[in-house]
Amino acid sequence: MSVLAENLRWGVRRKIIVSDVSLSVAPGETLGLIGPNGSGKSSLLRLLAGLRRPASGRVEINGQDIARVARKALSRHVAFVQQSAATDTNVSVEDVVRLGRTPHRSALAGWSEGDEAAVTDALQRVGMTSRRTQAWQTLSGGERQRVHIARALAQAPQVMFLDEPTNHLDIHHQIEILRMVRDLDLTSVIALHDLNLAAMYCDRIVVLQDGQIHACGTPEEVLTPQLLKDVFRVSAHVDASADAGRPHIRFSAG
Amino acid sequence: MPASLSKGGAARLALLLFLSLIVLVFAVASATAIGDYNIALTTVFLSVTNELGLTGADIPPIEQSVVWNLRLSRALIAALAGAGLALCGAILQALLRNALAEPFVLGVSAGASTGAVCVIVLGIGAGSLSLSLGAFAGAFAAFGLVALLSNGATSGPNHTILAGVAASQLFNALTSYIVTTSGNAQQARDVMFWLLGSFGGVRWPDFQLLLVVVLFALAVCILMARSLDAFTFGDEDAASLGVPVARIRLVLFAVTALLTATIVSMVGAIGFVGLVVPHAARYVVGPMHLRLLPASALTGAIFMVVADIVSRIIATQQTVPIGVVTALVGVPFFAIILYRARPQA
Repeated sequence: MSVLAENLRWGVRRKIIVSDVSLSVAPGETLGLIGPNGSGKSSLLRLLAGLRRPASGRVEINGQDIARVARKALSRHVAFVQQSAATDTNVSVEDVVRLGRTPHRSALAGWSEGDEAAVTDALQRVGMTSRRTQAWQTLSGGERQRVHIARALAQAPQVMFLDEPTNHLDIHHQIEILRMVRDLDLTSVIALHDLNLAAMYCDRIVVLQDGQIHACGTPEEVLTPQLLKDVFRVSAHVDASADAGRPHIRFSAG
Repeated sequence: MPASLSKGGAARLALLLFLSLIVLVFAVASATAIGDYNIALTTVFLSVTNELGLTGADIPPIEQSVVWNLRLSRALIAALAGAGLALCGAILQALLRNALAEPFVLGVSAGASTGAVCVIVLGIGAGSLSLSLGAFAGAFAAFGLVALLSNGATSGPNHTILAGVAASQLFNALTSYIVTTSGNAQQARDVMFWLLGSFGGVRWPDFQLLLVVVLFALAVCILMARSLDAFTFGDEDAASLGVPVARIRLVLFAVTALLTATIVSMVGAIGFVGLVVPHAARYVVGPMHLRLLPASALTGAIFMVVADIVSRIIATQQTVPIGVVTALVGVPFFAIILYRARPQA
């Protein structure tokens, strides 16, 4: 499914956080959202996922204005993965992934074979099948993040929004999660901090600064020494890497 | 935790609930048999079937009257009140994502006591009916204030809890002010006794009202149980799972306020049940609400009936306030669960 945003504006009281953002994501594309702290990445992601209402502008998913789609209907094909969501409740891995079926079930409907298959498949895709009955509280940060992604997958979405899904993870799990998201057959928008990972796994990158789009394009087009200096205030060399079109950034120690 | 039970199928849950129901019936029968003078269980049974017109057994009229008019109605109201408070506790712990949430966290009991004090001390209205009405009005005034302070309960758990704290403080202060400036020692004692809770004055009409309210609340909550599960990781997460967060919160807060206010206005502010029973039930059936809510309600009912029996026999010649008993019986029981459920280091 495609995602289209037109002139999105959003703010808290007088402070403008997202200012006149328009973008489009093609079906199956993986779009990276990068920018310094406070540039509006998380807010934009929530506007796109329909978790916040824009002050003006609109978001269309698969050609439909999401403001006109019921919350439940929307979450049958749009999933959102928060950064490090936590709970005190004593739930198991399976309980958490089962929550992903919520939008597909009515208030009292039983657990169907389709639900079971979706949960089993989702657990398998993140490699947590053997942890199915383990208590959530005993998982490491990386495992929790993978379970959250499994829950999003159990929603059977066609569009997935991820807010810094690789935070707190070691490099192995960062790469593993991004590779998994890229290889999924769905449209995804990922807010990321690590510019090299963004370059490696995103088809296109949007650079946000002060709530506005500063640049948008392939990693090669966007990640230039000049942009890194202007937006992130660092000096860096950008090398061509073994993968065509996927530059590698080396930061100068200065 | 006993994974076998929390992961068991619907059949296992049904069996568990059925067994609890049998225990509840037995507890109610015992509560009806035990008292200042004990009545045999067969007499209890025949009295009930006589009153229902099923049998015509020859039973002393005085015993039949004690069973039907005094003890049975009292035991059934205790069961409903326990079920209602435990249900409210389970709902609020989920919505506020706080293990310490209980039915009175939204200021309902403080408001009810202010309303009751207005009746007892200031003499607004007269008679027991207006005491209940005063408590009910006070309870809803407090809930209204909390809803107002937390923007219709939409501004997040901690904000709502703080609004509840503010409302509780305000209404408790009002209660103290009225008692100290206008009350005498006897009235202060009456108020205190009322606040600790008592099943002394309840009769059949109370039962019918409470039954309707409890069944209504239970039905609404069961219908929203799936949505409550989605709150496990917070409001925004629930929204991303397709739950209309603001609507669910407001409806469930209103239902719990209605239920709590009804119970408090009938039997006073009985503490501890609403806090502890959901935790105990969660320990047995797991955290998912389609299982937790009925299990909490049944456990709360059994717990309250047993506590009422204890309150009547623990001290000779007098009844200990039920709120004292629920804590005395509940704390050791809860301590065991806390100890066994402690995080494994």
